[in-house]
Amino acid sequence: MTTDTAQRRKERIDRGIKVRSDGIYALLSWRELAYLSVPRLVLILGILALPLLMPGMYWQRVISIVCIYAFLAMSFDFLAHYVGLVSLGGAFFVGTGGYIAALLNTTFGLPPLVTIPAALILGAAVCTLLLIPCLPLRGVYFAIVTLMYPLFMARLIEALDIFGGTDGILGIDSFTNPWVEQYFVVVMVLVLLFGLRRLVNTDLGLVLRAVKDNDQAVRASGMNVTRYKALAVFIAAGMGCLSGACLVHTYMWAGISQFALDFSVLPIAATVIGGSGTLVGPVLGCLILVPASELLRDFGTLRIVFYSLILVTFIVFRSEGLMVYGQRKYHQFQRWTEI
Amino acid sequence: MTTEPILQVENVTKTFGGIIALNRVSFEVHEGEILGVIGPNGSGKTTIVNCITGFIKATSGHVRFRGKNITGKAPHKIADMGVARTFQIMRPYYSLPAYKNLVIPLFSPRARRTGGWRGGGRLGDRNTVGIDILEEIGFERDSYVPYKMTSTLPTGYLKRLELARCLALKPELILCDEVFSGLSMSEIASMVPLIERIQMDGITLIMIEHRLRELFQVATRVMVLNFGEKIMEGSPDEVMADARVREAYFGSEEVQEVMDHA
Repeated sequence: MTTDTAQRRKERIDRGIKVRSDGIYALLSWRELAYLSVPRLVLILGILALPLLMPGMYWQRVISIVCIYAFLAMSFDFLAHYVGLVSLGGAFFVGTGGYIAALLNTTFGLPPLVTIPAALILGAAVCTLLLIPCLPLRGVYFAIVTLMYPLFMARLIEALDIFGGTDGILGIDSFTNPWVEQYFVVVMVLVLLFGLRRLVNTDLGLVLRAVKDNDQAVRASGMNVTRYKALAVFIAAGMGCLSGACLVHTYMWAGISQFALDFSVLPIAATVIGGSGTLVGPVLGCLILVPASELLRDFGTLRIVFYSLILVTFIVFRSEGLMVYGQRKYHQFQRWTEI
Repeated sequence: MTTEPILQVENVTKTFGGIIALNRVSFEVHEGEILGVIGPNGSGKTTIVNCITGFIKATSGHVRFRGKNITGKAPHKIADMGVARTFQIMRPYYSLPAYKNLVIPLFSPRARRTGGWRGGGRLGDRNTVGIDILEEIGFERDSYVPYKMTSTLPTGYLKRLELARCLALKPELILCDEVFSGLSMSEIASMVPLIERIQMDGITLIMIEHRLRELFQVATRVMVLNFGEKIMEGSPDEVMADARVREAYFGSEEVQEVMDHA
């Protein structure tokens, strides 16, 4: 059976430099050091330079929004890929964090740099407490239930006419100056990105990944699965609340639209485009989707059509996501082998 | 035996709707023993393991571990007390390398309290302790096997990994749900000394098995289940000779035929 074509297949092999730079040997040559550090440096410097490269106030604001969505997208990726909880509750986190920051700011007059960390912790605690009853659920069931939360909160505020009702809360302080706003969110993206990447490789992170893989075995190892899920939800909700808090201080307004499902859906789209499980992929996805949606604004309602086309193109042609594809090309090469 | 049994199962009944999976099953296990549990398919062997370890709740009856009532406790609490189990359908963490599988039990509250297997959990680096445990359980240390992705390991290693996960907890009692099934004869032959070594380390075992020959080599006592009822209990030789056991396995008519053949 030595006939051609059908008897060949592509195989992927790690590049030698990847294998060499895995261990301590990476320190022995500049080439290997560069192989490891250049992608990270490009990412860090690139993100830090973004606000400086933008042509004007409008686009600088877009960068803030990109970063705010990036918190959400990383939080979705972390929960879905490392803990196995597919959460559609992004809008719930944003709304909760946003309203807490807004109330702290307008009622007690606290400055943004106090309300944001406070909203992060308080909001994460509130969200986690409310989500605890859903934690035994898995897969699509957890997704559906978490989708109800933002809808529920929005209708609750509307019906009871609390927190300013449909008008929302006006007169929230902005950041002291646009550069503080820009660099606060930009640096937070980097901190959270590298923090999460470190977390998922610690022993605690391994337990979270084990919960996704096989929660029965984790139970049989004497560990309370619900507690670890709650911890993961706390971390993810904290990131979502951070988005919400930054958002209200950027727009100087908090309202029911903070519970809008855009905040649940766009991060998922960004994760699909960027590559799930990479954590940096979702950031990249936001960096593509948010500006794209701004550029398409001129088309009015047709915008959604173009937007959907971009998504469909990615799902059909690069379903693994940009970062997964990029990392593979960087670390491995392909060749044909005879079978 | 004068000592208090390590595990007492009293009149445990489990019904699934109208099906009676376990009907008033009672037995005791003493420290250092290996209790074999055998029975035809669907006789309730795995159900009894699930009832003891809390993965399903018994309809009625009690389970006591070292005199403490553990009936209806959450699985992780029972595991925390020192009752480990393997799963018949293996449940490793497929997305992690083999040795990382053991980081999870070594991170558990019990392992951190007791130091885990051979006290290694206190040494700090759970990765090296994991590789130590894997070596003891039959993974070649200097090969690449402990570092391989779990999803690429063959069944023999996965069964060992199940046992290793139990050992990492430093348990007092291990319930093994068919650790020999799906293994080749030579693999089973190498598992038997392993089981004996675990027993010598002072760990009590309950072994559910279909491989009677190997089970009877290691078991100190054997209990036979059929249709959710305990039909007898005794030494391996007594069980082999018992007519009810033969009937349960072969059906009443074929018994004579099989015996003639032997």
